[in-house]
Amino acid sequence: MNKPFAITLNPGSSLANHTGSWRTERPVYVDRLPPCNSQCPAGEDIQGWLFHAESGNYEKAWQHLTKDNPFPAIMGRVCYHSCEGACNRGNLDAPVGINSVERFLGDEAIKRGWKLVEPATESGKHVLIVGAGPSGMSAAYHLRRFGHRVTVYEAGPMLGGMMRFGIPKYRLPRDVLDAEMQRVVEMGVNVVVNTKVDNILETMAAGGFDAAFLAVGAHIAKRAYIPSGEVSKIVDAVSVLRSMEGEDKPMLGRRVIVYGGGNTAIDVARTAKRMGAEPIIVYRRTRDKMPAHDFEIEEAMQEGVMIRWLSTIKKAGDTEITIEKMELDASGFPQPTGEFETLEADSVVLALGQDVDLSLLEGVPGLELSDGVVQVDANMMTGRAGVFAGGDMVPADRNITIAVGHGKKAARNIDAWLRGTTYVAPPKHQVATFDKLNTWYYADAPKTVRPMLDIIRRQSTFDEVQGGLDESTALFEARRCLSCGNCFECDNCYGVCPDNAVIKLGPGKRFEFNYDYCKGCGMCVAECPCGAINMVPEDI
Amino acid sequence: MSFQPVKFYQTGTFTVGNRLLVPEERSVQANMERTNSLNSGHRACQGCGEALGARYAIDAAMHATNNQLIAANATGCLEVFSTPYPETSWQIPWMHSLFGNAPAVATGIAAAIKVKRQKGMKDDVRVVAQGGDGGTTDIGFGCLSGMFERNDDVLYICYDNGGYMNTGVQRSSATPPAARTATTMPVGQQPGNVFGQGKFMPAIAMAHEIPYVATATVADLRDLEHKVRKAMTFRGARYIHILVPCPLGWGSASQDTIKLSRLAKETGMFPVFEAEYGELTNSSKIRRLLPVEEYLKPQKRFAHLFGKSPAVGTIVRLQALADKNIRRYQMLDKEAN
Ligand SMILES: Cc1cc2nc3c(=O)[nH]c(=O)nc-3n(C[C@H](O)[C@H](O)[C@H](O)COP(=O)(O)OP(=O)(O)OC[C@H]3O[C@@H](n4cnc5c(N)ncnc54)[C@H](O)[C@@H]3O)c2cc1C
Ligand SMILES: Cc1ncc(C[n+]2csc(CCOP(=O)(O)OP(=O)(O)O)c2C)c(N)n1
Ligand code: SF4
Ligand code: SF4
Ligand code: SF4
Ligand code: SF4
Ligand SMILES: [Mg+2]
Repeated sequence: MNKPFAITLNPGSSLANHTGSWRTERPVYVDRLPPCNSQCPAGEDIQGWLFHAESGNYEKAWQHLTKDNPFPAIMGRVCYHSCEGACNRGNLDAPVGINSVERFLGDEAIKRGWKLVEPATESGKHVLIVGAGPSGMSAAYHLRRFGHRVTVYEAGPMLGGMMRFGIPKYRLPRDVLDAEMQRVVEMGVNVVVNTKVDNILETMAAGGFDAAFLAVGAHIAKRAYIPSGEVSKIVDAVSVLRSMEGEDKPMLGRRVIVYGGGNTAIDVARTAKRMGAEPIIVYRRTRDKMPAHDFEIEEAMQEGVMIRWLSTIKKAGDTEITIEKMELDASGFPQPTGEFETLEADSVVLALGQDVDLSLLEGVPGLELSDGVVQVDANMMTGRAGVFAGGDMVPADRNITIAVGHGKKAARNIDAWLRGTTYVAPPKHQVATFDKLNTWYYADAPKTVRPMLDIIRRQSTFDEVQGGLDESTALFEARRCLSCGNCFECDNCYGVCPDNAVIKLGPGKRFEFNYDYCKGCGMCVAECPCGAINMVPEDI
Repeated sequence: MSFQPVKFYQTGTFTVGNRLLVPEERSVQANMERTNSLNSGHRACQGCGEALGARYAIDAAMHATNNQLIAANATGCLEVFSTPYPETSWQIPWMHSLFGNAPAVATGIAAAIKVKRQKGMKDDVRVVAQGGDGGTTDIGFGCLSGMFERNDDVLYICYDNGGYMNTGVQRSSATPPAARTATTMPVGQQPGNVFGQGKFMPAIAMAHEIPYVATATVADLRDLEHKVRKAMTFRGARYIHILVPCPLGWGSASQDTIKLSRLAKETGMFPVFEAEYGELTNSSKIRRLLPVEEYLKPQKRFAHLFGKSPAVGTIVRLQALADKNIRRYQMLDKEAN
């Protein structure tokens, strides 16, 4: 090289200097389990589908969501959304309205006619499902996706289980329920209604089934002994709610006493209110001890449902009942006080919980039945090989989302069992706890509140009480998600590295470290908003 | 805030990038094609704020000038860690001369460009000069004041780490009161750097009534980039003063560089603002006001304030300085508070 005056060396690049050798710790990209995902009983990848919703790609979001749960429009109305209780954003201002975005996606799918993915190949295996409630239909969906032939036997005249014969319309409109059930049927699931299975082994043998999933729910109302007169009208809540679906509406009179403190008690009281009655719930403990969710109690009281706390029914007469006041003892149990009161009553509705009708399992060897439910192993299989069970009939909390989750889990295990293997769940990532986040980076954004129907219509019609979000509010709500534990391509690491040691791979492809130059300062880790980078010691 | 912040896009414009923004609205640093003016392999300490601030600023300047840029660099860490002859990390036309003369060198480059353009050069090449706080507020002060006063067409960028870091952390006139340096040890009646001395260069630059003066930190990239872009819309002398934490000199953890920059503003210890022709035109508002201790505690140069018996009196004086900044530079959003 012909060098200018006083220049003796060719210019070189500092790239020759591999500063990575200074490092004692190295940053690594990780995926952590968002607390919402970890909490969701149906195992939804909430953070994953919100990611697509954030960019306005609702169809992709819906497809992602329905990999785990085929019923977002139902979930968005009746799921108790424990995910929101776990949501990290709750520590900042208020949890992300996961449930309301889910409903928006579900409603969009119905409106736009999005279809579930159909299986690519058929396995040739045939699985029997007993019961077309959320658990059975969830299993049907997942088994179909695996390519198995699925036949569902349902005792009732329609699909949906307790979602149709328990939950009132004002919380779950039937066109929504029908649409989501129908979509599963359209995947090629064969549903046979009005067909009760009386003996599971006989039915399996007769149909040549390779495996079965039982999800018969819990439909037998528990009763309490109440001394009563000849004509006093005592009915159970499940029958009342079931008859709401038929032509002959229940005749309860004006003064309706509901006995119990669970969600069913609330639903039946609110139903009675809508039919023109003046319902009073009688419950033996206090409000904070009531098993019903607080928001449901609140909504019922707004609508004019009266509640008598700390009371038990002693006696029911023709037109009145006698209640006894209770007081809580030191351990929180209600004890009688000997103080009595009478209330006018045209009918008494018992809402004291339900038992499972296990008669179809009689004589099946190897089963373990205890506490009125069927025991299953970690793979949802009963003591009888090839017979799986889930939902309300197995030991677990009873709600729709758990039932749906059981359906998914059982389907995976049935699929493995049919192939002669065992399903091994992928290892779970470490939970992305709040302390892993750098919340400075998130814009302040208060939660969007869903519209509620006006009170007059809530008291007199079965119109849906809670409204949905619209496109703009759903988008806003989705964008409140902090993306806990999973890179959302904010480019912070790429930007803040003083050593250009982060390589951006392009949209959707995330990032890579260039360990030739990374000095291990930890800035990328500290400034990643969502905790998707971890610092690990180097072996030196 | 000096630019229109984006609201409700999850992280809005707080983060470097945002996949939800249209490409034109994204930062230069988020771009896969950014210049990387200061490339990998430089010898700055782990977590060096100056290395980061320089890349942020010069990449933005390159972007704003369509890559038609020449830089003059004063002696200091930025020069020493980037360019041990014959190697360099700079990927732009870059020139180093002396510790104290970067403004004068830049003036010369600008004059040469002017002549070349008069002689028919089509390209409009812009000039940046840069240096540390020592090179700027101390030894280069005369040259810089001259450059301002002549209104030479140069953007001068000062990377303020509050001391002569390259030569072993000596005090400069930008070292904050009470801070420990090699020459202001935490001993005697008044441990650490004295109160009542030192200079705040941005205010001095404003007093020259040059077209544009701004301050920034490495904690708010979008704001910093906006200021560089805006500076390039003016002709004449412009000055940007960027606070850049120095883990070595401050005794701070290398991963805390951005956090400390953020805290400097949120406590009022460092005002972030813009001024045109000597008048304050904009100030970044404090988002979550914090006491100065939050900023001081993570830095070992202030450790003597938090010994067995905390130096309450000194902390109160530092708080008073922060409060004055907050008042003078309107750091609180009146409507929001
Ligand atoms: C009033 C009420 C309100 C509720 N509200 C909510 C709520 O808001 N949110 C929530 O998460 N959960 C709610 N629940 C609980 C929820 O409905 C149940 O946990 C859930 O439906 C259980 O699902 P499953 O599939 O196990 O059973 P089910 O939904 O009960 O479905 C079982 C199905 O099996 C059929 N079947 C039964 N025996 C046979 C047989 N031998 N052969 C063929 N078919 C058979 C039944 O007809 C039924 O269709 C509520 C329950 C009630 C009673
Ligand atoms: C005239 C002259 N005096 C002293 C030095 C030694 N020297 C080199 S860099 C430096 C300090 C630089 O401090 P600053 O400008 O704040 O930059 P920093 O290293 O802190 O980034 C000194 C004193 C020199 N190079 N030239
Ligand atoms: S912020 Fe998003 S990812 Fe985090 S818990 Fe809430 S919904 Fe899940
Ligand atoms: S910021 Fe850069 S140098 Fe520091 S740890 Fe991360 S990749 Fe390495
Ligand atoms: S800093 Fe941003 S881009 Fe980098 S890993 Fe974290 S979320 Fe992803
Ligand atoms: S001494 Fe300070 S300014 Fe110099 S390279 Fe190290 S961290 Fe950067
Ligand atoms: Mg300095």
